[in-house]
Amino acid sequence: MIRLLSLALLLAFWQGAALFSDPRRLPGPLPVFEAIAHEAESGALFTNLAATLARVAAAFLLAMSLGAALGYAMGRRRALDRLFDPWLVILLNLPALVVIVLAYLWAGLTEAAAVGAVALNKLPNAIVVMREGARALDHELDEMADVFRLRPAARLRHIVLPQLAPYIAAATRSGLSLVWKIVLVVELIGRSNGVGFEINMAFQLFDVRLLLAYAIPFVLLMLAVETLLVQPFERHVSRWRRRPARGQGFA
Amino acid sequence: MSRDGAAALLEVRVSHKDYLSGGGRPQRALENLGFSLPVGRAGAVVGPSGCGKTTLLRIIAGLDTEFSGAVTLPAGGRLGMVFQEPRLLPWRSVIDNLRVAAPQASEEALAALLAALELKEHAQHFPGELSLGLARRVAIARALAIEPDLLLLDEPFVSLDDALARDLRARIAALIDERHVTTLIVTHDLREAIELADVIFLLSPRPARVGATLDVATPRRLMTREAADALEARARREIEAMRGR
Repeated sequence: MIRLLSLALLLAFWQGAALFSDPRRLPGPLPVFEAIAHEAESGALFTNLAATLARVAAAFLLAMSLGAALGYAMGRRRALDRLFDPWLVILLNLPALVVIVLAYLWAGLTEAAAVGAVALNKLPNAIVVMREGARALDHELDEMADVFRLRPAARLRHIVLPQLAPYIAAATRSGLSLVWKIVLVVELIGRSNGVGFEINMAFQLFDVRLLLAYAIPFVLLMLAVETLLVQPFERHVSRWRRRPARGQGFA
Repeated sequence: MSRDGAAALLEVRVSHKDYLSGGGRPQRALENLGFSLPVGRAGAVVGPSGCGKTTLLRIIAGLDTEFSGAVTLPAGGRLGMVFQEPRLLPWRSVIDNLRVAAPQASEEALAALLAALELKEHAQHFPGELSLGLARRVAIARALAIEPDLLLLDEPFVSLDDALARDLRARIAALIDERHVTTLIVTHDLREAIELADVIFLLSPRPARVGATLDVATPRRLMTREAADALEARARREIEAMRGR
């Protein structure tokens, strides 16, 4: 309820600000919604949203799977951690734009370069979070698994992944927000479709209405992903934490 | 072969086990420590706190391999262990904790174990919902679920009040008798050892070795309080003698 009220307040604030502004600089909500409807009717909105979403998904999955594997290995093996930590620090501090431009220069204006550049920008963040998760794994449960001779697959499923789940959720949440922002930059610089490309077109034409007509649906889409996928996943993996203790003895 | 001539399931021969003290100096925890445990018998390793009992159990369980000597167990033998802390998976229900450790066990067998330890009503609960006493019982059920050739118990009654500890001891004794599981328990409590074991290995102060071995000749269920008192008194004399040596 408060969230809805908050959104209504934001719309009112936007409308109020638009009334006192040049409509070319800041159009009101209604013209923007009309532009959204127009782009949706032509099909361009969905085509571009789908292209961007596909890049977000590919880059995110690549970065998360590589980041999880490398972060886990670095968290569990001190020698590996020492070897690759300086690389990690460099990657963490490398501006996203440098990675994107280098990827396009080295691999051309291709889809692989675009997705690779986004994944590389997200990778160090995923590694750092997963490394912390691997460092925090419960050594006593490892010993229990050793004594009971759990198979590697069972160990991964029942012992490692449940402990890493909160870290995976945290990396997913921060990763998604980072990835979709960088995907727009990648599209703006070197792709011929996608929300970033359309935003670039709107910039060239000084068309704020069109810019917002693409930005708002995409933000809403990402919010839907967060609300419908990420948050339920977080709730599912942490459901065992919310139960009260019971039973004081044998009775 | 064990002392009484029965085939030994477990043979322990530790010539020495060192560890690094807080100051980084090597300290000897165990020295010339040896004993054997026959198939189907329950043994208790008794010693003062900090004498190296848990270290010894970790060596037997294969969790500590940095020692000089040998531990002999049947090839491919199954090991069940109850740690001092229950070490249950907090994100799995009680029954799932058993299933994870013993995927080959039938649902009937697991249900029977839960029933024997009065855990049936808690089968779907998560460990965080259980008291320490209940969690210990789940840990015992998990160790027995794999139908172990050797059951290791590391101070399983520590931190429980007397009534709970007595109840749990009785349950463990009944299960050991019923299932004929070869069992090794480490404890600092002589009375606990007398109630549970057929043979007691008394450890000397550090570096620990087996200073005396006491056979509990009377079957546990038939032992009178007087006999238990006499055995305890004998064990205390042995411990005093060890201290004097």
